[in-house]
Amino acid sequence: MQKRLANWGNYPAITSEESAYTQEEQLRSFVAANHGFIARGNGRCYGDASLGKHSLSMLKYDKILSFDTAAGVLETQAGVTLDQILDIIVPKGWFLPVTPGTKFITVGGAVASDVHGKNHHMEGAFSGHITEMDVIIGDGTMVTCSPDQHTDLYWATCGGMGLTGVITRVKFGLKKIETAYIKQKQIKARNLEEVIRLFDEYKHYTYSMAWIDCLQKGDSFGRSILIVGEHATKAELNDKQGQAPLLLPSKPRLTVPFNLPSFILNTFTVKAFNWLYYGKNFKKEINNVVPYEPFFYPLDAILHWNRGYGKAGFIQYQFVLSLDQKEGLIAILRRISEKGWGSFLAVLKVFGQQDSLISFPMEGYTLALDFPVRKGLFAFLDELDEIVLQYGGRLYLSKDARMKQEVFWKSYPNAERFAEIVKTYNPGKRFESLQSERLLLTK
Amino acid sequence: MPTVLLLGAGSDMAVAIARRFAAAQYNVQLAGRQAAALQPLQQDLQIRYGIAATVHHFDATAYDTHAAFYATLPVQPDITVCAFGYLGDQEQAQHDWQEASRILHSNFTGAVSILNVVANAYEVKKAGVIVGISSVAGERGRQSNYIYGSAKAGFTAYLSGLRNRLFRSGVHVMSVQPGFVNTRMTQHLTLPPLLTAQPEQVANAVFKAVQRKKNVLFVKWPWKYIMLIIKLIPEAIFKKLKL
Repeated sequence: MQKRLANWGNYPAITSEESAYTQEEQLRSFVAANHGFIARGNGRCYGDASLGKHSLSMLKYDKILSFDTAAGVLETQAGVTLDQILDIIVPKGWFLPVTPGTKFITVGGAVASDVHGKNHHMEGAFSGHITEMDVIIGDGTMVTCSPDQHTDLYWATCGGMGLTGVITRVKFGLKKIETAYIKQKQIKARNLEEVIRLFDEYKHYTYSMAWIDCLQKGDSFGRSILIVGEHATKAELNDKQGQAPLLLPSKPRLTVPFNLPSFILNTFTVKAFNWLYYGKNFKKEINNVVPYEPFFYPLDAILHWNRGYGKAGFIQYQFVLSLDQKEGLIAILRRISEKGWGSFLAVLKVFGQQDSLISFPMEGYTLALDFPVRKGLFAFLDELDEIVLQYGGRLYLSKDARMKQEVFWKSYPNAERFAEIVKTYNPGKRFESLQSERLLLTK
Repeated sequence: MPTVLLLGAGSDMAVAIARRFAAAQYNVQLAGRQAAALQPLQQDLQIRYGIAATVHHFDATAYDTHAAFYATLPVQPDITVCAFGYLGDQEQAQHDWQEASRILHSNFTGAVSILNVVANAYEVKKAGVIVGISSVAGERGRQSNYIYGSAKAGFTAYLSGLRNRLFRSGVHVMSVQPGFVNTRMTQHLTLPPLLTAQPEQVANAVFKAVQRKKNVLFVKWPWKYIMLIIKLIPEAIFKKLKL
């Protein structure tokens, strides 16, 4: 079926011929008979990674295959979304080992992007928790791979943006929890120096990230709120929460019903919002116990929040720089605050070490922020790319919709090796996205 | 816990219906020609909803197996949903009896054969609900799909007669006219969004209508009036239309 498709940034938007199947056999024959298509989950990556003129929607391939409630191991088809998984595992005392800032992504997407969460510095990315998975490769056969078998396929598939094949089944380990609540601590930091110091001071916390105000200058440059947390124990809940420690009170969902006109987001409104957000925390430090949803997924509470950026869409720009390149972080933040184009609160986080082939995370600082698409934006982002390259950093492919190919090839140290493996399993560009064409990821 | 039997459980609509009933704590019996292909759904229903799901081999056109199929189900279902069907290719069916026959048997004869068995059992126990997924295509024959349409017309008439017969036995029969549904069967077609239901919408509507004992369910309400108008067009004009 011809369909208008865009990912979460609403840029780019294209018309795509979409197919969907519910049986493994149908998927295998589809792969064997077609080429130039890309598998697609819930469209929550921001850019063009899962967009193609021809796409294979995995949303109907959504069965949960096994759940070992004693050992905490879940096995699902690739189209199951994390929100469905949470509904099943949390009441049984288990949690996702790694979750990004939205639960509306599929398991296949989590693997293809090798997603990270607030616990990356402690528990790594999603790929570190997979026991095994099935991938339908270019000739239509299904290969089971894991850190122990078909390792080249495994490591090129984790973070490989769907270019090695169609991920169909994933088995991964869960994390034991006593309650559905998080004991959180929020600490205000007056500037970048302070928040970086706080990250170090609180690095033993499982979860940590900071909201950063990119528009401040002078003494308040980089003012932030650091948020750290741990899964709460039963003893830490109040009486009401303690009555059903693994169940969350249901809450109504808000939605943005249509695209807002883009003039609503300007330097003034963004500054006002950031001022309110920073100012709402009256005290230097706040400690409380909150349900896991607002802690991990604050924006999921507002459906279609991406429409707030207007019809032209937005680019989420996320880069990582190693820990010794703090000047790079300062240089980029300075460019953004000078330009005055920063979005609502941006997210700053410190990643831990990760050895993988093509995944985004590496030990260092990562900053993610939104820019509404407007005249001059891409030229500005190209300038930021130059700084990222200069300081040895790289950009997250799941957020990317515009970087130039040389930026990718210069910044990902294993790019050549990755492209070779992709070529083995994906000869003749059977799997191909707008992003893979743009960055020449398939040969 | 009540039990629902899904005949033709592999279709997108049946998957959604199975999940809807399982979410309301019904046990589910999944019946289809490729029983092995139903196992992921069986696991899924049990894990998500904590109910018991079973898988059964069922071939709609193997008529002489139907009585035995029903008799050997582990539990007699409280609700039977007849969800199998085959759209086929109208043009091919005009020239190729194999295709025409497959359309007629999958949509009509097979349904009559199995539902006769179910109806007799329900009549004896004076309880039960039969849901038949028919089609708006059966409301009036059109050149673009009258072979499928005539099979569904037969099925709709069968369901209405069955409803009439079983009323006095306290057995409810519901006919469902889903209209366009976004499924694998229709994924090569471009469908008007306002008239097209998602399988989950169909499932929800079916579930609610079963509770309310509705006789005929149109999932998207405009269809009721569209089909009324189509039925009212005089044949002298209708035959000249390109529908």
